[in-house]
Amino acid sequence: MGRTIGEVVLDLNNVSLSFGGVKALSDISFDVREHEVRAIIGPNGAGKSSMLNVINGVYRPQEGEIVLRGEHFSRMSPYKAAQSGIARTFQHIALFKGMSVLDNIMTGRTLKMKSNLVQQAFRLGPAWREELEHRAKVEEIIDFLEIQHIRKTPVGRLPYGLQKRVDLGRALAMEPQILLLDEPMAGMNVEEKQDMSRFILDVNDQLGTTIVLIEHDMGVVMDISDRVVVLDYGKKIGDGTPDEVRSNEEVISAYLGASH
Amino acid sequence: MSFFLETLIGGLMAGMLYSLVALGFVLIFKASGVFNFAQGAMVLFAALAMARFAEWLPAWTGIGNPVLANVMAFIISVAIMFAVAWLVERLVLRHLVNQEGATLLMATLGIAYFLEGVGQTVFGSDIYKIDVGMPKDPVMMLESVFEGGILINKEDFIAALIAAALVGALALFFQKTPTGRALRAVADDHQAAQSIGIPLNRIWVIVWCVAGITALVAGIIWGSKLGVQFSLATVALRALPVVILGGLTSVPGAIIGGLIIGVGEKLSEVYLGPMVGGGIEIWFAYVLALVFLLFRPQGLFGEKIIDRV
Amino acid sequence: MLYRENGQFKSSYAADQQIFPIVQDRWAILGIVAFAFAAVPLLANEYLLSAILVPFLILALAALGVNLLVGYCGQITLGAGAFMAVGAYAAYNFFIRVDGMPLLAALLLGGLTAAAVGIVFGVPSLRVRGLYLAVATLAAQFLADWAFLRIKWFTNDSPSGSVSVANLHVLGWKIDSPVDRYLLCLAVLVVFALLAKNMVRSAIGRQWMAIRDMDVAAEVIGIRPMFAKLSAFAVSSFIVGVAGALWGFIHLSSWEPAAFSVDRSFQLLFMVIIGGMGSIMGSFFGAAFIVVLPIFLNQFLPWLGGLVGLAVSTATVSHAEFMIFGVLIVFFLIVEPHGLARLWSIGKEKLRLWPFPH
Repeated sequence: MGRTIGEVVLDLNNVSLSFGGVKALSDISFDVREHEVRAIIGPNGAGKSSMLNVINGVYRPQEGEIVLRGEHFSRMSPYKAAQSGIARTFQHIALFKGMSVLDNIMTGRTLKMKSNLVQQAFRLGPAWREELEHRAKVEEIIDFLEIQHIRKTPVGRLPYGLQKRVDLGRALAMEPQILLLDEPMAGMNVEEKQDMSRFILDVNDQLGTTIVLIEHDMGVVMDISDRVVVLDYGKKIGDGTPDEVRSNEEVISAYLGASH
Repeated sequence: MSFFLETLIGGLMAGMLYSLVALGFVLIFKASGVFNFAQGAMVLFAALAMARFAEWLPAWTGIGNPVLANVMAFIISVAIMFAVAWLVERLVLRHLVNQEGATLLMATLGIAYFLEGVGQTVFGSDIYKIDVGMPKDPVMMLESVFEGGILINKEDFIAALIAAALVGALALFFQKTPTGRALRAVADDHQAAQSIGIPLNRIWVIVWCVAGITALVAGIIWGSKLGVQFSLATVALRALPVVILGGLTSVPGAIIGGLIIGVGEKLSEVYLGPMVGGGIEIWFAYVLALVFLLFRPQGLFGEKIIDRV
Repeated sequence: MLYRENGQFKSSYAADQQIFPIVQDRWAILGIVAFAFAAVPLLANEYLLSAILVPFLILALAALGVNLLVGYCGQITLGAGAFMAVGAYAAYNFFIRVDGMPLLAALLLGGLTAAAVGIVFGVPSLRVRGLYLAVATLAAQFLADWAFLRIKWFTNDSPSGSVSVANLHVLGWKIDSPVDRYLLCLAVLVVFALLAKNMVRSAIGRQWMAIRDMDVAAEVIGIRPMFAKLSAFAVSSFIVGVAGALWGFIHLSSWEPAAFSVDRSFQLLFMVIIGGMGSIMGSFFGAAFIVVLPIFLNQFLPWLGGLVGLAVSTATVSHAEFMIFGVLIVFFLIVEPHGLARLWSIGKEKLRLWPFPH
């Protein structure tokens, strides 16, 4: 692979999160290095999605801090996270279902579009040129994900597997440095999983994007990740390379011992 | 002093009627998550039915006894409101399950228009009297406490008693009967209630029936005081801020919110109105609600709204 | 067989992003606009122009504004009447208080004032939605009702709140006859429809729709909810405000606050629901439907009553109107939330395949 794992870009220190007395995460710390594929695994309800939601500011942790390229945040906001180059996909697809595939992916370019409302209303030169430039960029993503044939289809009408792909496309359109993927392969058949794994590895490899990934399919996780964090009941019980994690006693009893 | 007290009592009386309408809102919202914009149209519709049947029955059947005529008109009106509840569930709600709140709200706006149209076509669109024998004469009270005493209407007083009795009866219904318990279960958690075998559709019909009865009572009280006319339908708009203030899911909130807004409207009209040219009543409740929306959207007694991703 | 898009290949993204990518659509729209400008003034009589077409054009403009907010951005409003009122009274004040204020400038300033007020009443949308937002917009409605009735400065100290304008000119063209009024409203509508269409297919329109469809996801990809929502309130109120000013200046020429009551707000919302939420074309369908239906019923119901020997009063007709609106609202919400516009595009879809549906 043509990538080299770099410095720590994202560091979570002692993060705790609770909802009205119920602890979702307690005292979690781990780091993510540049260009790596970092997986978060754990049984249902272990707090994996909450972890992603903390990283990109959808949830505000009661304790702990997030360090992003040396900058300390005790609370992140989704907008701030987006500005800092963090993109994500959702476990339960959160596409804009009334819009076409093309428009959905175009929304990922929002932060990069600079023309104002009046220019857009009158389709003045800057707005028009910008629209075309970004359209070209989005078409590259559409080609990459092999979804040219559905670009004008409203996403609500697409099958699940394609929707997942569009969700990834929308995140890629942000040209993120860090990409958070929340169960990108959930509910897919083997072939679709292979396609998705290929897309993820290509993104990681060709664009150098750092990837934080939650996934249930252990086979996939162990194949594509560089390092793995294991959560159970909101606590971290393991952290290391796939091989290290696989041989960790606590992990085996909590998770791998189960039917996964 | 006595002027202040009279204003205060006048406000409480108006507020009580808001409370009754707001109660209808809250009942339906709790059980089905629908904000029923048609509650005002239901008040109008029920009051029209009551007024017209009380007038028609003696003419049709020769019943001479006004009490009997009123009782029969009341029973017929209740039956009509039950039919409305059943039809609403059948024709509208059932087809809009799991839609967003705004869609349901707009649907009830459609129901409101329909009821207003039908009500006036069937029952006529003039001003009608409801005479259920409420005494109209004013009485002096508290003369011994301070000079001049205060003047209140017996009618208002009785109306307040009726409203209180209705609220009491509803509380008993919710606490003591199996149906009431099922209703509360549905209000707490739709899915859980469904999974233990409570039929949602039937619950919705029942709750719309109960809201129909509160609409009828509100309509009778209001109608006997001011006559039954189209403006009754707009009472929903007046009572809307009440539920924001009290909290959309709280029955006590609806009652207290109604009283606060009734009193607030009257007092502010009398004491602040002259400073700004009067007419504060039109917007007082809404501005109060607006303040709540910005700083405490769940209202005084409502549950905190949490959005989960 | 005439409505076909095959053979029309796009060789650039620019060609693919034209306002009407299908050639036939482009010609049809141009044809309709040309017909409306050139033929209608010759063919229509005074009654048709002043009683049907002018109200239709203005209400279509207002519905367009409401649709941007409700249909595209997903923020419900029951206070559109208030923003029409603000537009009308603000334009009035600019018009009579500033010497030599041109009519068009007054109309636009009315719109800008409405936009500013719209932003203020849009602020609650940052915290609440659905019903709660409806209450906030109703607050705007009732405050406006009150303000224009009670604050005499707004109505130039007219005791009843009734105001009037006369002597309207646009760039030397005297707006006098029904044809003038019609053409002015048509021109304004065409311009705003074009601008609105441009917005909804640009970045701003995508931001609005993203907020409508899934606000959390929108924020995660870098859309600021505050900007998206408040800009929708501003643009919507601006257009509704201009429509209000036209309604006062051009349609009524003398008016009082009751012209912009809460009933108007509901009517505009109904136009959007019936016409089609999230469709520019739908706003026109909805407005046409709601303007024409009462006129149709007024003719049709008495005729129908006559057949069976019943006298149908005007009151009955207006009650029937209520019933029909009620039924239609519920019908469209249940069966076709995208309204008449969706039925229209289904029709086009069929036409595309005709006469070989497979």
